[in-house]
Amino acid sequence: MKLWEFTGHELLEKLAHQEITQEEILGALDKRREEVEPKVKAFLRFEKTPGPENLSGPGGFQGLPIAVKDNICIKNRPVTCASRILEGFHPPYDATVIQKLKAAGFSIYGQTNMDEFAFGSSCENSSYFPTRNPWNLECVPGGSSGGSAAAVACGEAIWALGSDTGGSIRQPASFCGVVGLKPTYGRVSRYGLIAFASSLDQIGPFARDIEDCSLLLKVIAGYDPKDSTSANLSVPDFLLSLGKDIKGIKIGVPKEYFSLSADRALEGIAQEVKQALEEAIEQLKKLGAKVQEVSLPHTEYAVSVYYILATAEASSNLARFDGVQYGLRTEAVDNLTEMYKRTRQAGFGSEAKRRIMLGTYCLSHGYYEAYYLRALKVRALIANDFADVFKDFDCLITPTSPTPAFKLGEKIQNPLAMYLSDIYTISINLAGLPAISIPCGFSSGGLPIGMQIIAGSFDEEMLFRVAHCYEDSTSWHKMRPKI
Amino acid sequence: MAISKNDALRVAHLARIDLTEDELRLFARQLESIIEFIDKLKELDVSSVSPAAHTPVLKNVLRPDTIKDSLSKEAVLGNAPKSLKGHFLVPKVIE
Repeated sequence: MKLWEFTGHELLEKLAHQEITQEEILGALDKRREEVEPKVKAFLRFEKTPGPENLSGPGGFQGLPIAVKDNICIKNRPVTCASRILEGFHPPYDATVIQKLKAAGFSIYGQTNMDEFAFGSSCENSSYFPTRNPWNLECVPGGSSGGSAAAVACGEAIWALGSDTGGSIRQPASFCGVVGLKPTYGRVSRYGLIAFASSLDQIGPFARDIEDCSLLLKVIAGYDPKDSTSANLSVPDFLLSLGKDIKGIKIGVPKEYFSLSADRALEGIAQEVKQALEEAIEQLKKLGAKVQEVSLPHTEYAVSVYYILATAEASSNLARFDGVQYGLRTEAVDNLTEMYKRTRQAGFGSEAKRRIMLGTYCLSHGYYEAYYLRALKVRALIANDFADVFKDFDCLITPTSPTPAFKLGEKIQNPLAMYLSDIYTISINLAGLPAISIPCGFSSGGLPIGMQIIAGSFDEEMLFRVAHCYEDSTSWHKMRPKI
Repeated sequence: MAISKNDALRVAHLARIDLTEDELRLFARQLESIIEFIDKLKELDVSSVSPAAHTPVLKNVLRPDTIKDSLSKEAVLGNAPKSLKGHFLVPKVIE
């Protein structure tokens, strides 16, 4: 087994036993990166391998490298959200999660590719280049945090951070065969995360197994006065949730997620995904969980609600990119309005423009009540569906995505089909709940399939408990792409 | 609901984006099909539902009104495409 194939906690143990050195680990990852990065293109930019003086951070992570999605601010390093409009911007401060990573002794290794401003499910909306799926280079890695998922999957990084507004951590984790977690809204500070939809965004971890994922969440979680929506709750020691059995745990399986064809535009759940999930559910039963069908009756409205609220919030958040305070400015205009309009025309890519247009339309005079206000009300109904189910159940199991990774170019011309590929993940953001995607099988074409576990508000411990018990009894998480 | 190129132009002006003719035509068509899809929400009776702008049960979050360190003027203006004498510089607003 090569060094890049080990998980973070395995490497930390080897370091503790002085079986390897930090230099050996970093050297192995550098070599791995040179081999695979030209094919996968997970990163927008790298930091030179940190020197030995950076390797003994106080928090115990010993300089192990982590990749960070390019929408999280790192002081004095470029950040672009994979957009041209932020060219030249160097944040004058660290995001709270970055301060925490630095304090814990991580090396911030590089910044990963994404769909522009996190608008997309395939990483094809990057203004720079698409990232490819390490399991099949003709396929997308998912999105929007596709670069982070791909980097962890192919061994370029041990951990990564992403952000999840409607599935942007979980869906690429599922497509790339790694673990990805969206924490409860308010669990992790959003200070320094460049906003897409402020009521939905959360930063979360990518890792290759549950233990690594729980270690990283523990580092980044916690109350932050700089984010007024962050929750003033103590952060549990998630490691204590690992290694417990799940006898008697009550798991709900939402029937709508398995029958749904959502719309004419969507083919519905792929047979192979359905089969992998059924096998995973059988496994959970063997482990002693009590599994029962449940209903989330407003599921079919989630995509509509999401694309109204997320674009409305995005159109408002992206109003700040106007050529005045930072980033791109188009010159040679003689009045302010023209400067705004031409700068934004030149700086935003196609999907960003489409979403700003949709959001502006839904918020504009005469449509606000019909779309935005109505969507807020249906959001309450969707959140209530979950609240009702969690009165009787500990967690829910669903597919993460209706299909395994699709091919590059397959959906890029059809925005609605692309939006519908998030169908299983967006309700969770609307309800503010925590959810994790873990590997649970492979398609006949050799592409990973992910299972989503959803828990009640601030019950990440339940996610880790169930996920770790399942992981411990299977070996999907040990598979590595042959690239 | 039909969305014309002129409707798209009005929205693009509100959003301050100087879209091309081709983009206006494309987005008018795509917005129309997306709006047709999201019109599904009109099936539901929501007259007795309160809107949920966000999910946490938070009341107003207040802090003491005390002076704290903030970014220096240099750090803030350092990212501006144009600045002059401690201000952001923009094209003329008033004739």
